[in-house]
Amino acid sequence: MPVQAITPEYTGDIKDKVENFHGNQVVYVGWDQHLMFPAAFAWPVPPQMSFGDFRDQVMDSGFSSHPEWKQINWDKTIWMLDGEAFEPDESQSLESLGIGHKSLLRFRTPGLNGFKGMGV
Amino acid sequence: MAAKKLNLKDKYKLLTRDLDWEFSYEDRKEAFPYEEFEGIKITDWSKWEDPFRLTMDAYWKYQAEKEKKLYAIFDAFQQNNGHLNVSDPRYVNAVKLFLTGVSPLEYQAYQGFAHVGRQFGGVGARVACQMQSIDELRHVQTQVHAMSPYNKFFDGFHDWTHMHDRVWYLSVPKSFFDDARTGGPFEFLVAISFSFEYVLTNLLFVPFMSGAAHNGDLNTVTFGFSAQSDEARHMTLGLEVIKFLLEQHEDNVPIVQKWIDKWFWRGCRLLSLVGMMMDYMLPNKVMSWKEAWEVYFEEAGGALFKDLARYGIRMPKYADVVEKEKEHVSHQAWWTFYAYGHAAGFHTWIPTDKELDWLSEKYPETFDKYYRPRWELAKKLEAEGKRFYSQALPQLCTTCQVPMMFTDMENPGELSYRSTEYKGEKYHFCSDGCCDIFKDEPEKYVQSWLPVHQIFQGNCGGPDVPDILKDFYHFNLGADNLDMKGSPDEERWKQWKSA
Repeated sequence: MPVQAITPEYTGDIKDKVENFHGNQVVYVGWDQHLMFPAAFAWPVPPQMSFGDFRDQVMDSGFSSHPEWKQINWDKTIWMLDGEAFEPDESQSLESLGIGHKSLLRFRTPGLNGFKGMGV
Repeated sequence: MAAKKLNLKDKYKLLTRDLDWEFSYEDRKEAFPYEEFEGIKITDWSKWEDPFRLTMDAYWKYQAEKEKKLYAIFDAFQQNNGHLNVSDPRYVNAVKLFLTGVSPLEYQAYQGFAHVGRQFGGVGARVACQMQSIDELRHVQTQVHAMSPYNKFFDGFHDWTHMHDRVWYLSVPKSFFDDARTGGPFEFLVAISFSFEYVLTNLLFVPFMSGAAHNGDLNTVTFGFSAQSDEARHMTLGLEVIKFLLEQHEDNVPIVQKWIDKWFWRGCRLLSLVGMMMDYMLPNKVMSWKEAWEVYFEEAGGALFKDLARYGIRMPKYADVVEKEKEHVSHQAWWTFYAYGHAAGFHTWIPTDKELDWLSEKYPETFDKYYRPRWELAKKLEAEGKRFYSQALPQLCTTCQVPMMFTDMENPGELSYRSTEYKGEKYHFCSDGCCDIFKDEPEKYVQSWLPVHQIFQGNCGGPDVPDILKDFYHFNLGADNLDMKGSPDEERWKQWKSA
C-alpha cells in the first residue's frame, strides 16, 4: 500500500516535480573523497546547459574553495551518473547526456584525494 | 451541611473511567473514526491500565506547586543577571538550537496528544493523552520563559516560532513531528510515547539538562527538574501503549514492529543534533555522544527489547548501523553546521585545541582518522583569512531532511547515497533506514517540503541566499549567523566581563 491513509485511494502532491522549477531541473553533484563539502551540492539548472558550462561555471561556484579544485585534470576524472559509469562530453547538453531531473553525478579525482590525502 | 467527601478510589473512578458513556443512538465507530484504519485490532479497551494514576484536581495541584518554585528561580535569575554565570558565551548557542528546534516540538506534542486524546475509543487512553497534552503545553511555556531572559543579551532568540516553520535545518525536527501527527493515533503513540519518550528521550533530556548544569545555566536546569516528573509519566504511557497493543491482538505485532523500526530510525537521525550539541557546543562537556548512546540506548534499550521479545518484538531494524554511527554522526553534523555557518541562526566555531584532543580521546577509532583533518583544513583557511563557508546548497534526504552528510558505515570515508524511483521520479536518501520508510509509504513522502528545493522553486523569497535568510527566515544577518569569533555576542560578553 503506497500510504496508510484514512481516505481511500489517497495520493500525495509531488512537491518536487520538474514543472515546479520554472524551466530548470535539479542536479546533484558530489566530489568523492572531498568531505570538506559535507554533502553533495544541489543546483537548479536548465537541461539545455552544456556540460562544459555546467562544470566550469556551476560546479566551479561550489567546489572552487577547495585547494585541489584548480589542479584537477578533467581527462583523468572518473564520473558516475545515477550509479552507472559515465563519460561526459563537454559540448553536449545535460539533457542529451542523460543527466535528468534529480540526477546524482559523482566524480573522483585520482591522485587528488583531499586535504593531506585524508579524504577531506 | 458539609458536602460528603469522596474516598480516593471513588474519586479516581468518577474522574477517569466514569467519564465515558454508552452510545445508545449513535454508532460508536462513527464517533471514533480514526480507530481502525491503521489495521490495529483492539478487542477490549477495559484492559488498558491507566499509566498516570492521577485525577485532574490532583494534577492541577501538583503542577501549580512545581510552577511556583520554578518561577521563583526564573525571577532570581533575572534579578541577578544569571546570563553572566554561563560557562562561556558559546554555550548559549545550544540554548538557541533548543528554543528553535525542540521547544516548538513540545507544542506539536501538545497538539498531537490533544488530537489523539479525542480519537481513542477507550476512555483510559483518552484521559492519559489529554493529561500529557496539557503537560506538553506547560513544557513549551516554561521552556520559553526559562530561555527568554537570554533574548535581552544574546542574538538569535527573537523569532523562534517563525524560524521553526521555515529555516532549513529546523525542517528536520519539524518534519519529524509532522510525520508523526499525520499518522493515525496508534502510530502517533508508538512514535512519540514509545519510540521517542520511552526509548530515546533520555538522550535528549539528560544531556541537555546536565549540559545546562555543567555550564551554569540555572534556568534551563530548573526547567529540566520541573519537567522530570512529567517525563516519567510520559514514559509510563509509552510502555503501556506498547504492552496494550501487543496483548490485544497478535495481528498488531508486525504493525507495531514496523512503527518501532521507523521511529527508532527517525529518532536517531533527529538526535544527530543532540550529539553535535554534546560533543561540540557545550564548553564544559558532560559525556561524549558515544558514551551517552551506550548508556541510554545500548544498555537500557537492550534490556527493554529483551523484555519485549516475549511478545515477538525484536530490536529496531538498523540498530547495528547506529551502533557504528555513534562514532561519526556528531562530527559530521557539527562540520555541516560549520560549513553552513553563514546560513545558521546561531554561531559556529572551530573547536579549541583542548577540545580537539578531548574528541580524539573519546573517539580513538574515528576522530583523528576522519574528522581532525577537516578541522586542520578549517584552521588553515581561517588563518589565511578565508574562513570556510560552503557556497552552494546541499542535497537533502527526502525522509529525514538532513543534508546528505552521513557516510557509509562500510566505508566511512565515502558519503552514503541511496535512491529509489517512484512514479518515474527519483528520490534520494541518506541511508537504507530512510529509504525503507519512503518505500513503505511513498505517497506520504513525495510531499516532503525540502527547504533546498523550495528555495529553488522560488517559494522562499530571494533569489539570493542573504535575502532568503533575512526576509524569509527573519535572521539578523551579521548578528545571528556566522562564526562565534568576531560576533556581537562575543563582543558584548567581553565588555560585560571586563566591566
